[in-house]
Amino acid sequence: MSQDLKVALVGNPNSGKSTLFNVLTGLSQKIGNFPGVTVEKKEGFTKLPDNRSARIIDLPGTYSFYPKSRDERIVMDALADKTSSVHPDLIVFVADASNLKRNLLLFSQVADLRIPIIIALNMMDLASQAGIEIEVDELALKLGVQIVPISARKGEGIDQLKMAISQSSSIPTQFSSIDVPSLAPDLIHAIRRDLNIPYPYVALQLAHQHEQLSFLSSEQNKRIEEIKSEFSFHSQQSQATETIGRYNFINDVLFDTVKLNSDPGKETMSNRIDNILTHRVFGFVIFFAILFLIFQSIFAWSEYPMSLIESLFVWMTDIGHQYLPAGAFADLMIDGVLAGLSGVLIFIPQIAILFAFISILEDTGYMSRVTFMMDKIMRKVGLSGKSIVPMIGGFACAVPSIMSTRNIENWKDRMITIMVTPLIACSARLPVYTLLISMVVPDQKVWGFINMQGIALMALYVLSIISAIVVAWVMKVIIKSRERGYFIMELPVYRMPRWNNVLLTMYKSVKAFVFEAGKIIIAVSIVLWVLSSYGPSGRFDAIDEKYSSVTIAQEYPADDISRMVSSEKLENSYAGLIGKAIEPVIKPLGFDWKIGIALITSFAAREVFVGTMATIYSVEADDSNLASVRDKMLSAENPETGLPVFTVAVAFSLMVFYAFAMQCVSTIAIVYRETKSWTWPAIQFAYMTTLAYIASLIVYQLLK
Amino acid sequence: MKLSQLEPGQSGIIKEFTDLEMSIKLMEMGCLPGESIVVERIAPLGDPMAITVSGYSLSLRKHEASTIIMQ
Repeated sequence: MSQDLKVALVGNPNSGKSTLFNVLTGLSQKIGNFPGVTVEKKEGFTKLPDNRSARIIDLPGTYSFYPKSRDERIVMDALADKTSSVHPDLIVFVADASNLKRNLLLFSQVADLRIPIIIALNMMDLASQAGIEIEVDELALKLGVQIVPISARKGEGIDQLKMAISQSSSIPTQFSSIDVPSLAPDLIHAIRRDLNIPYPYVALQLAHQHEQLSFLSSEQNKRIEEIKSEFSFHSQQSQATETIGRYNFINDVLFDTVKLNSDPGKETMSNRIDNILTHRVFGFVIFFAILFLIFQSIFAWSEYPMSLIESLFVWMTDIGHQYLPAGAFADLMIDGVLAGLSGVLIFIPQIAILFAFISILEDTGYMSRVTFMMDKIMRKVGLSGKSIVPMIGGFACAVPSIMSTRNIENWKDRMITIMVTPLIACSARLPVYTLLISMVVPDQKVWGFINMQGIALMALYVLSIISAIVVAWVMKVIIKSRERGYFIMELPVYRMPRWNNVLLTMYKSVKAFVFEAGKIIIAVSIVLWVLSSYGPSGRFDAIDEKYSSVTIAQEYPADDISRMVSSEKLENSYAGLIGKAIEPVIKPLGFDWKIGIALITSFAAREVFVGTMATIYSVEADDSNLASVRDKMLSAENPETGLPVFTVAVAFSLMVFYAFAMQCVSTIAIVYRETKSWTWPAIQFAYMTTLAYIASLIVYQLLK
Repeated sequence: MKLSQLEPGQSGIIKEFTDLEMSIKLMEMGCLPGESIVVERIAPLGDPMAITVSGYSLSLRKHEASTIIMQ
């Protein structure tokens, strides 16, 4: 594949770069990370008219080479390092024709790196609607590059663009824009000489950004540092002078190539929409209505596909039991692998739905308005306006919500959002809450219409919101970040969503989840299965022997015996032994070893608590039998005191424990994937478990 | 007069900046000395604000806008 042309897409955010990338590469795209960082790298292939194929790399959108976020640093890393695996042979610069002046600032910087470049002039339709007339050929002559007018959304001009890519020159043709060496003549000369840099602008950029670039050796860094102090280089002053110089050049170029025929007094469509959507009353009403719709859909629309996936696995389990020879292998496949797999695939509908909505909100331009409206409140607790959607999504499931934090550019805001989202009461906590509430809270009405059980449930939801806010605020104080927080943000014009882009986003997010988080979830499920199916040798045989005796077979029906066997086996399994081992630790919270087992097994997923309780108290668990789990649990007595196990104090202590504890391997897996380090999931697990322990301890000791 | 002191509907021309680091970001986004700015709206909670500059909408926090001195 050495014949492949490496093409990088570079451009401003909202310039349609991603749309063009999707149009060019379709389903051939792969998503990975740039080497050494957590920034998403999108890559794909496109076929050129001359039958070569081009490897297309979508670099993060940026407004200039002076980066505001970690994502943007990648651009310089990829373009300045000739040895980088993503260093392109050709740059396709995607420019928004309706906003040419600002877009050309980055173009003029990129052009000075002396890599062959062509311009894809996107959104020509929007520009002409806004009364902007561009003399494309004239502009191309002035800049010395090919310019291809396209409309990425409509798929117009794509063939011409591919033709231009295949015919592009392998040497740079662009004219220089500003006199770069004059910005810092001695410094640029010294860096070029000592580091063997061919182009002045690359040398200048090294002086600005060498600390952040990954490809420089420590001697090179030291040398640059020496040169900088030798010539007393003032980075910010130089950036300001450069930016003004580039805009002067751009104004000259655009003076007789772009004409504006619009009536400046005319109110734009986007402005009129904004009058409603960011209105001080309607703005919030509409926003909460949209959130309500998303929340409802994640619950309601996913119900049917989720039960379909569930019944598929029930069917596969049946088939497995029928055709696999009974034994450890069948148990491993069915109760370990298959159960783990269903635990992964069950999330697909919720992930797909949440990402469909997020993609629509992003695509239409509404998300920036949400950020605009919410920024002030969210900033107070250390979050950003963009944190609101992941946090609301957390009510359904933390897993897709944490994936969706990628929309938050600021690193610190994103980390805090990831850290607090699992505190929000997710849908997997609901079975635990409803079971426990139904046991200890009377089904009575206050003032004739307020249901006590409803109040208890609502209190748990409110608790989750308050705890997320408090923890976010604490983390805002603790986490240090060198990034200065900016909110200088483009508000893109409103547009219709691109439906194939919505589908592609759903597909990509589901795929990333299944293949990356899925591996970890299945592994842990298998471990949990082993722990709860095996015990120290001898114990299980003894149980089998005990229950196969004739006297017991006469006394009880066969079904009851098998339940008694499995309940006694669980007690003697490694999980059971661990439950007993942790009993002294959890006793102050009011939990016995049986609850200890459930705490361990429900680490796979919180709702497993109900199933484990059912197994321990030996009833078959399904929804219709919830009442009987309840009855069994209610009648359970403490063998030492003879008092009921599940008192009000125990039930509330347990609910509070589930509210705070990180009882979810899927969430840990996804946090690992999104932060690419075990540090964050470890911190999260530690703080949530500590919080859960202390809160449960207080609740139990107070209510006891 | 600072940009942050303008009311929605008011406009002005950028004269200079008071914060060098902020000015670089602002200029990158098209807020250059000599450009005209129209304040479109203020967010419902009083911060941030939305402006029109060189043909597009930009939002920025008030303390960021306070580094822009208007003519």
